[in-house]
Amino acid sequence: MNVSALELAPAGEAMSALGAARLVLARDLRLAFRKPEQVVQPLAFFAIVTTLFPLAITPELSRLREIAPGVLWVAALLASLLALEFLFRDDAHDGTLEQYALSGQSLTWLLFAKTTAHWILTGVPLALIAPLAGAALGAPSQTLPLIILPIAVGSLALSLIGAIGAALTLGVKRGGVLLSVLTLPLAVPTLIFGARATELAIRGMSFAAPLELLGAIAVLGLTLAPVAAATAVRISLE
Amino acid sequence: MAWTWFHRLGSPPFVYRLATRLTPWFAWPAAILIVAALYGGLVLAPPDYQQGQGFRIIYVHAPSAWMSLMVYVTMAAASAVGLIWRMKVAHAVAASCAPVGASFTLAALTTGMLWGRPMWGTYWEWDPRLTSELVLLFLYLGYLGLRASFDDVQRADRVSAVLAVVGVVNVPIIHYSVVWWNSLHQAPSVMKLGTPTIATAMLVPLLLMLAGFTLFFGAILMLRLRAEVLRRERGTNWIREALSS
Amino acid sequence: MLRGVTLAVRGGEVLQITGANGAGKTSLLRTLCGLMYPEEGHVSWRGHDVREDLPAFHEALVYIGHEPPLKADLTACENLRYWVGLRHRVAPQRVASTLESVGVPGLADRLVRTLSAGQRRRVALAALLLLAVPLWLLDEPTTNLDAEGQRLVTSLIEQQASTGGIVVAAVHHELSIGAHRLRRLELTTA
Repeated sequence: MNVSALELAPAGEAMSALGAARLVLARDLRLAFRKPEQVVQPLAFFAIVTTLFPLAITPELSRLREIAPGVLWVAALLASLLALEFLFRDDAHDGTLEQYALSGQSLTWLLFAKTTAHWILTGVPLALIAPLAGAALGAPSQTLPLIILPIAVGSLALSLIGAIGAALTLGVKRGGVLLSVLTLPLAVPTLIFGARATELAIRGMSFAAPLELLGAIAVLGLTLAPVAAATAVRISLE
Repeated sequence: MAWTWFHRLGSPPFVYRLATRLTPWFAWPAAILIVAALYGGLVLAPPDYQQGQGFRIIYVHAPSAWMSLMVYVTMAAASAVGLIWRMKVAHAVAASCAPVGASFTLAALTTGMLWGRPMWGTYWEWDPRLTSELVLLFLYLGYLGLRASFDDVQRADRVSAVLAVVGVVNVPIIHYSVVWWNSLHQAPSVMKLGTPTIATAMLVPLLLMLAGFTLFFGAILMLRLRAEVLRRERGTNWIREALSS
Repeated sequence: MLRGVTLAVRGGEVLQITGANGAGKTSLLRTLCGLMYPEEGHVSWRGHDVREDLPAFHEALVYIGHEPPLKADLTACENLRYWVGLRHRVAPQRVASTLESVGVPGLADRLVRTLSAGQRRRVALAALLLLAVPLWLLDEPTTNLDAEGQRLVTSLIEQQASTGGIVVAAVHHELSIGAHRLRRLELTTA
């Protein structure tokens, strides 16, 4: 084997932070394509949970319509918590997260990319099937498409907030319950504004105000959550 | 000069001795202020024209609620110092604060419920401030749970420090969202656990109690900090010397 | 916990760290990377404390732990392009030719879950070649390799040292590197 013939010079130009982030995003999307359970399981959970409420309370659509926004949001929140298990767990186990911390790129940016991929794979599908659940809970059909937007924005906020909790509980055995205990109080504002936006949407009224507040939380999360998550990840690697 | 002080504060033996010396300076004034405030509030202050004698629980409820918040901020500040400057003692302070803050939160919730019973007829009415306190309790419990789930003290310190800092940023946001939520569904007859029209005779005991609680927290913090430092530094030489002297 | 470790390594040298299990070889490597933080003391690279500019330090090194950091559901080629790609672009043809030089030709498009432990280790070695950085920190690099694979690792390390690079490797057995390059550090438990 003629090892001396191997060139040890780098192959191409250095990768920018944005390029590295895109690479991480592409990798996570490709992995999810190969193992779709990351996408399917939270959606199935969401569907089951929304079914439980009519079974537990009443089949009358008129009464269900009143609680529909709350049910949709609680189910979406719980499904998002479940999906958070997929965010860092595998990468922490096989050493990929460690390589990210050692790559010379900003870990904050890379985790931002991972969280965005997570939202694309869990939050967006959740938002897209939420109208179906809404219809099953008595929401009027002309308002169904409007349900998508608050849940799409809110699930982004949830992915970001949840990323902090997921990073903090890395290395805790069976940390799923602790993750929920940490994330749910932080998710209260998202729940309040999101449920209100959905409620107004179902009633056919303007839901701009709570949606804007929801958007503000998402923006705050976009700026702060990846930093906090990166700090927590570095601590877990120590 | 201030920097040397700061460095000294990072030394566990120094902090241990300082905490031992400071405890009585916190404890005695705290006791005096609390007794004075109780006398002023339970005996001297006139009954509220609207709520009668029941409002007097505010003298315990409001300072407890205020302290529950202040202790969280202290915990977060100590956590930030510990993270940035890698000071073990700062983390010990944060660890000492957490159970005390949780207790204040429980006290605020319990007194709030006891107050609500004669006022609303039920123990719980999803009042915005009590609901905020409840979420704050969950934040404290999450912090304590996170700490407990790591065997390695250093890891537990640093991870929970991040949580404390994240939490302190969220507390005002959560409070605002809960107030907003409550205002949407306000039933007109519900009386908030708000401060009734404050007369001086009512205000003075309240402030005295607040000062007393703050000093009380200081005393408890000093005691817990000593115990925390002892636990962390057990086996080191200076501990053996300090305990044998 | 490690105590009293002092070392200095120059370009062209190979530092071999030995010690019983639990003596702290992995902790030492991780501290040298900057992943772990020494309570006392410091790590310097090219005269500067690495803490002053950790990203620049990380750009100059590669650390491979006990397990090669490969994702089971990606192909060998994809793994390498995503791993190395965080630093600089790498073309698929180059990945394929590098895999060939480390003795696993034709595995470029095989999912890593279908590869044996030895083959995965060789894919990780390919990353060393593709990354082309001056400092290598390797934790037991010959794990799961047959005799021929171990010779490959030795020749890669020799090659890296002869071009002025540094290799720090935690090993169980002595590396058969030329004595003029080899420095030794033995960690003992108190």
